[in-house]
Amino acid sequence: MLTAGRTTGLVFFPAFDWAISSTHPEREERLLYTQDQVFEEGLLDIDGITEFKPDLVTVRDIQRVHFCVPDVWSVATESHFISAGGAKTIGMAVMDKRVECGFALVRPPGHHAMRVVHGARGFCNINIEAIMIEYIRQAYGVRKVAIVDTDCHHGDGTQDIYWHDPNTLFISIHQDGRTLYPGSGFPHELGGPTAIGYTLNYPLPPNTSEEGFLYAIEQVVLPILKEFQPELIINSAGQDNHFSDPITNMNFSAQGYARLTSLLKPDIAVLEGGYSIEGALPYLNVGIILALAGLDYSNVKEPNYQPEAIRQKPEITTFIKKTGDQVLTNWRNRVQLGEMAQKKKGIDERRRTLYYDTDNIVENQHETIRVCPNCSGVLKIDSESDHTCRILAVHIPVGACEECRNQGYAWFDSIKKSDEAKAFLQDRPKDQYLEK
Amino acid sequence: MIIGLDVGGTYTDVVLLSNEGIERAIKVPTDPDDLFHTVLSGLDQIVDQVELMQIHRVVLSTTLTTNAIAQDKMPRVGMIVSAGPGIDAKYFRTNSDYFAVAGATDHRGREIEPVNPVEISEISQRLKSEGIRYVGVVAKFSTRNPQHELQMLDLIQPHFDKVFLGHRVSGNLNFPRRIATTYLNTAVYPIHKQFFQAVQDSLANKGVCIPIHIMKPDGGTMVFSASVDHPAQTILSGPAASVMGSLAFAFDDEDTLVMDIGGTTTDIAVLVNRAPLLNPAGISMGSYKTLIRAIETHSIPVGGDSAVRVVDGQIRIGPDRIGPAMAFGGPVPTPTDAMRILGSMKSGCRERSISGFQEIACQLTCSVEEAAFQVFDRTCRMIMTEAGSLVDRINQKPVYTIHELLEGYRVYPQKALILGGPAPCMAGHLEKISGIQVGVTPRWDVANAIGAALARVTSEVILFADTQQGMATAPEESFFQKVDRTFDRDQAVSMAFELLREKAFRLGAEEKELEMEVIEDQQFNMVRGFYTTGRNIRIRVQIKPGLIGEYDTIAGILSRE
Ligand SMILES: [Zn+2]
Ligand SMILES: [Zn+2]
Repeated sequence: MLTAGRTTGLVFFPAFDWAISSTHPEREERLLYTQDQVFEEGLLDIDGITEFKPDLVTVRDIQRVHFCVPDVWSVATESHFISAGGAKTIGMAVMDKRVECGFALVRPPGHHAMRVVHGARGFCNINIEAIMIEYIRQAYGVRKVAIVDTDCHHGDGTQDIYWHDPNTLFISIHQDGRTLYPGSGFPHELGGPTAIGYTLNYPLPPNTSEEGFLYAIEQVVLPILKEFQPELIINSAGQDNHFSDPITNMNFSAQGYARLTSLLKPDIAVLEGGYSIEGALPYLNVGIILALAGLDYSNVKEPNYQPEAIRQKPEITTFIKKTGDQVLTNWRNRVQLGEMAQKKKGIDERRRTLYYDTDNIVENQHETIRVCPNCSGVLKIDSESDHTCRILAVHIPVGACEECRNQGYAWFDSIKKSDEAKAFLQDRPKDQYLEK
Repeated sequence: MIIGLDVGGTYTDVVLLSNEGIERAIKVPTDPDDLFHTVLSGLDQIVDQVELMQIHRVVLSTTLTTNAIAQDKMPRVGMIVSAGPGIDAKYFRTNSDYFAVAGATDHRGREIEPVNPVEISEISQRLKSEGIRYVGVVAKFSTRNPQHELQMLDLIQPHFDKVFLGHRVSGNLNFPRRIATTYLNTAVYPIHKQFFQAVQDSLANKGVCIPIHIMKPDGGTMVFSASVDHPAQTILSGPAASVMGSLAFAFDDEDTLVMDIGGTTTDIAVLVNRAPLLNPAGISMGSYKTLIRAIETHSIPVGGDSAVRVVDGQIRIGPDRIGPAMAFGGPVPTPTDAMRILGSMKSGCRERSISGFQEIACQLTCSVEEAAFQVFDRTCRMIMTEAGSLVDRINQKPVYTIHELLEGYRVYPQKALILGGPAPCMAGHLEKISGIQVGVTPRWDVANAIGAALARVTSEVILFADTQQGMATAPEESFFQKVDRTFDRDQAVSMAFELLREKAFRLGAEEKELEMEVIEDQQFNMVRGFYTTGRNIRIRVQIKPGLIGEYDTIAGILSRE
């Protein structure tokens, strides 16, 4: 009889009645064959593997992370409340020690959703990992969290949310942004002035296979995690690096994903992308679940798996090692880089134009942060889109100092109530959300 | 007239029902080493002086296969299992003559790796030379495409008395459970067949020439001739018989708890809309997790004869039974003794109960009456707490659509029916502490036999269609049909209902009992590239567990008694 070496919680929510549109990759059918495989393998009967029914997140949970324009219900549907709720359910099961680790096998995904949400980007509306993490921070007092995003696409939404947070280490491994949506995630993207080095990007060239991914994890990610010493490791477990995925160009495999999972040993894994619904997902998910539970996955292989045929070329290996060195150097230099940024000025600004491919929205953003020596700094965002209204939003971070708090309220109070713009304030220390 | 018989651990209950109600109810002692004699003597005594021609239905609920499995008294059988990629088949070994072989089929039923006939023939020779006569054959995803199991059957069939195939067990996906269930079918087959053949023959010798029905754990029955293909579906039928017996007296359509409070254990089940809730995965017995449909029951080690102790100033009830209550000559105090002291129970020796409670009262530093009340109260509360956790467990079952998650039915029982020896003494207090309406099942002493007598034939059909591959299949029914692109959900449901009717008649159902319903109904568009290339349809239909047509009159009469 099989008994899990590590007790593992699962939320399986395939949302069989939800799609972005009938032929979209995010459609009802996406996890159908995964369900068949998971059920047929009898994974849910294994001693030590427990399935949980997802709870819904609350509007409060979403507002802890996002500024939704004009409000939460306009950008998120029930499906998003459940998908984020699935992640939260697993997070709670792990924190309450009902299981040692967990996997939220849910859809729709979330890692392209940024702090300000005008609509859907890259099939994502709200960031399900961030909502889970901020809930855990609030309810359980966890401070240091590491997110390792292994989806094939750059986790630009999660990066945006944690850009200014030195207590959240965000590492994204993805196909090079010059060759794939969303076109970002280069090694020089390192985080804001108060959190430089706590965002790390590790782009991999197209056709990277097992060797390259496992090198990135073993030689780069694991040493960094060891030094950061997070209280929790979260894996944004996208499955679109598979050699058969229709919308990407990588050569990863079920064996590789399982091995990656057993190396990384995440406390919580959350499904992100993955669109090879018949040839990859059923096998990847079985492999990942077995690996999380500390069980033998050696026989989990997709039918057309030929390791020789997808072996990566030597020049790819060389390239990956070079990028890895760069990522490690950035990490080691984070203190110096931080000190330089701190010296510069009291206020830092960035202006961006963001495109929401799924909903075809263009957003212009002006972000202002108080570069504070005592905390990660209060943040102000002025955002406007061609579809929804303008917003002025203030974020007072967890652990904000008195001055930053006061600055945040001063910003918020100075905004005049008007029909053209809405004003929001996230007060994380008080866990409050104000709007006018 | 109908005979219902339920074999229990100590006694076997038999009832004879007619349109007038219970004609006769008897108890005969169960001889676990000779169930055949037990059953026959029960039948003999119940039909004594009765015009045999009037008997038109006989339903037996026995512990035959349950005991054989629990005591591991099963013959040596062979198991041939092909898994393909995934969890290694070696982890699902059921017995020593278990062979993992080549061959693989994927989740859509497409062959990945063929069967190796040489390998199968070698195993077949080896099993035969060891004197093995029964073999089970199971392949992963055989419910999507049974071809590999059928090929293996062809190769080995001539050499064995009976071969059981995995895809005939159930349309459900669960390879390890399919292996375990097929193994149990194979291993209890000879015992089951010989036993019921003998019962049927001896009834025939007496002049009762009707097919006998056998009780299943899902609260339904099947005729003996159909049971030989699914003999493991007769395990653990006793609790189901009691639930069905209570169903005859259910207040109305509202959610109702059924609690069978026995000597050692209490079994709890839930009725919704006059039908017992079933366990969607299948019943577990010991280390065997199966695909056998069963009523969802929660069994807890608390009963009238549970041993009562005081540990660290706290009352502890059970989990063990050391003997009967002290009032009836037992060695240690029990909840039954508490009820005797409090006066709610009238039989048994009160002085002995009191002497047994002296020490408990002493440890709790209170009077004997107060101690008895505390024990009684604690017993009732434990049962209600466990009933609550069963309801929670049912409501916490995962669902996979937004609709079900947001609008899904939540069980909320505000009524309970209780049965078992201590039931009449406990009803009032259970009602008081829980705030729900608690009634005692009339004739609870033979409710199990009444349940067996009145249970209808149940069955289920799972139909799977994949129009991209142009096929519809219900493997359990050996049904495979080509369908075209236009085949849809409505056609699939009609097809499934037609199969269910045929199956139900084969299992012994009568037209008027065919209360068919759809319990799962999904249709997915299959999109490849940017085009819809087919539909993937999954339908599950069943005969709702319930009572046969005659029950209205009979139950009405019984309730008035
Ligand atoms: Zn992706
Ligand atoms: Zn500050």
